[in-house]
Amino acid sequence: MDISELYRLAERGRSRRKPFRIRCCMAAGCQSSGAIAVKQVLADALSAAGLNDKVELCSVGCLRFCGHGPMIATDPDEALYERVTPENACSILGALNGESSMAPRCDGNQPFFADQLPIVLENSGQIDPSRIEDYIAVGGYESLYQVLYDLTPAETVAAITQSGLRGRGGGGYPTGLKWSTVAKMSGDQKYVICNADEGDPGAFMDRSVLESDPHRVLEGMAISGYAIGASHGFIYVRAEYPLAIQRLQKAIQQAKRYGLLGSQIFDAGFDFKIDIRIGAGAFVCGEETALIHSIEGRRGNPRPRPPYPAESGLWGCPTLINNVETFANITPIIRNGPDWFRNIGTAGSAGTKVFALTGKVQNTGLIEVPMGTTLRRIVEAMGGGVTEGRVKAVQTGGPSGGCIPAQFFDTPVDYESLQKLGTIMGSGGMIVMDDNTSMVEIAQFYMEFCREESCGKCVPCRAGTVQLHELLSKIVNHQATVVDLEHLEALCQMVQEMSLCGLGQSAPNPVLSTLRYFRDEYLARLKPSMLEEVGHHVR
Amino acid sequence: MSVNTLKIDGQDIAVEEGATILQAAREAKIPIPTLCYLEGVSPAAACRMCLVEVKGSPKLLPACHTAALEGMEVSTNTPKLQSFRRMNMELLFAEGNHVCAVCVANGNCELQDLAIRVGMDHSRFAYRFPDRKVDMSHPQFGIDHNRCILCTRCVRVCDEIEGAHVWDVAQRGEHCFIVSGMNQPWGKVDACTSCGKCVDACPTGAIFRKGSTIGEKERDREKLSFLVTAREKQQWTR
Repeated sequence: MDISELYRLAERGRSRRKPFRIRCCMAAGCQSSGAIAVKQVLADALSAAGLNDKVELCSVGCLRFCGHGPMIATDPDEALYERVTPENACSILGALNGESSMAPRCDGNQPFFADQLPIVLENSGQIDPSRIEDYIAVGGYESLYQVLYDLTPAETVAAITQSGLRGRGGGGYPTGLKWSTVAKMSGDQKYVICNADEGDPGAFMDRSVLESDPHRVLEGMAISGYAIGASHGFIYVRAEYPLAIQRLQKAIQQAKRYGLLGSQIFDAGFDFKIDIRIGAGAFVCGEETALIHSIEGRRGNPRPRPPYPAESGLWGCPTLINNVETFANITPIIRNGPDWFRNIGTAGSAGTKVFALTGKVQNTGLIEVPMGTTLRRIVEAMGGGVTEGRVKAVQTGGPSGGCIPAQFFDTPVDYESLQKLGTIMGSGGMIVMDDNTSMVEIAQFYMEFCREESCGKCVPCRAGTVQLHELLSKIVNHQATVVDLEHLEALCQMVQEMSLCGLGQSAPNPVLSTLRYFRDEYLARLKPSMLEEVGHHVR
Repeated sequence: MSVNTLKIDGQDIAVEEGATILQAAREAKIPIPTLCYLEGVSPAAACRMCLVEVKGSPKLLPACHTAALEGMEVSTNTPKLQSFRRMNMELLFAEGNHVCAVCVANGNCELQDLAIRVGMDHSRFAYRFPDRKVDMSHPQFGIDHNRCILCTRCVRVCDEIEGAHVWDVAQRGEHCFIVSGMNQPWGKVDACTSCGKCVDACPTGAIFRKGSTIGEKERDREKLSFLVTAREKQQWTR
């Protein structure tokens, strides 16, 4: 493969386009609400009407409005249909000719769509994730070529540093700094790992990226491999994402066939291969040292850091671990330049963030917004507010994060502001809660999750989460005393500071954050005989 | 070989490059409590009893796994650490079924000693009373999971010193237990050489010699360091 061949492929892909296009979302969300049957009906109808040379029916990735699936989009009129059924699907064909359609139209100009700034999701819903030709037609793998021929590895790292990109897995560690640390490590063998072990309840950003645009992640990984001097990458993806795994496998196969992965990529003296490793259902394997143990074929237990994986990672070699969304940002940064990226978002948090908006919100789905967008904009304008009652809070960061009460909804979403509010950006799960939601029960739910997912290696996490969960259950059941509440708070602090890895260290966060903003709810749930003692008036 | 000087609890200490904070402290006779740490095998940093405060580090660091660096200022026994360690012991006692009065290790138990040392006289947390098994299938030894604190010393000693890898950890979280062979009864595991190193390594009465009763457990802990020294330095110290 050389660049002229890549351009030729891209040109061929573009010239093949037919006047009309029907894009059917084939991501996991829409498939589970019946998208396969809908597409089959459309395919049959097109053949029957003899329209196959005019209308292209294609499978695309996520069209974002996951709660209203199956979703279908048409071109060139850019109409969007929601909740399409096999019965009303055929009317979409008529709508291409200007007739009215039976399938419910979805307003593509509502804030849910209009306020999005797709960078990571730019191809999501536009291209067929199972066809590398589609990705090449929109400029795919050109950034990899550009990096290999126009930039030195050091310049590539510098570009990422300059872009201000920070790790999208949750911690927000500067990506450029991580790359340059691994790049500066000596040793012939280095590895790149893509962490696709997305495990937070309610989070599906990484799954959607992998299902909708797998090649973007592969290209980002190859660029990082060139930058840090690695020739081998692994994608660690959880077994619960069969569709993502299948599309990744296909994507890797196609890229290899075209010589875009493997030996001598673009004849530039650069080799890079990618293998998939599938998780076995442990949340803790999202922690980088546990993930590395798991790839090595060992029990997925974390180990103390330092040494960090950048120094001693996979099989003791310097290893770069980034999250799916981080890798998905690399290609646009190379293509448009680091300054373009830096100007999006806020001064401290550049770029966009993909959120999975779920919970008691009207519009459930996937959104990508510039950093610094306020929570109010996200929840009330884009999300359309709650289904009934009033918005009470938003939970971010999953079991490691916390709740943000409605009075702080004017806070811009970036790493620092969220931290100040006692939560974290996390990987992007955003769960909206209405005023019927009990915050104590939310804390109990997350603690139960951590209790189940603790690996059991260190005492504070293994035994501490059990006791925290028991104490929370006691409160939920109106059995707890003021002393129990004191023990709860003391134990939270201890588990936070003494645990070995991030799972235990952050497990108390949902409790601490709900205690901070909704302490009244805890007090109201104490043993009835206690209420007077704490001066709480039963309403 | 270079030497690092650091301060532990206000005391100036010089140690060889590569030594851990724990080694430095022990050389200076500063006691740091440990439970999963066992000299001669790799550190697990799992029990969290040896956590110390290091000036400039926002996090508590495990002394058994953290290198003693030039200029470090370490505090090993602050009020916060004391309170955390005590709570950690309470969690351990509440988690298993630790009944000293009927235990073979009574009076010779590191868990018991440590509980006394950190001033743990009762547990604030509810006892879990888990339903755990006792495996007496081995001709010479027994394992009582009720007394196990999952320090994994047996796992490491069997793997790293004996090279048999009879033991490992099965399940996760509160359901973890020390598993023999392919989850077989200990007596059925062909890999076991009956060397007894796990008995010597076990800090509690979880792994014991058959025929010993309350308070009779003895360990030949020196044997482990003797073997490691002999193997690594070719010095036969006994």
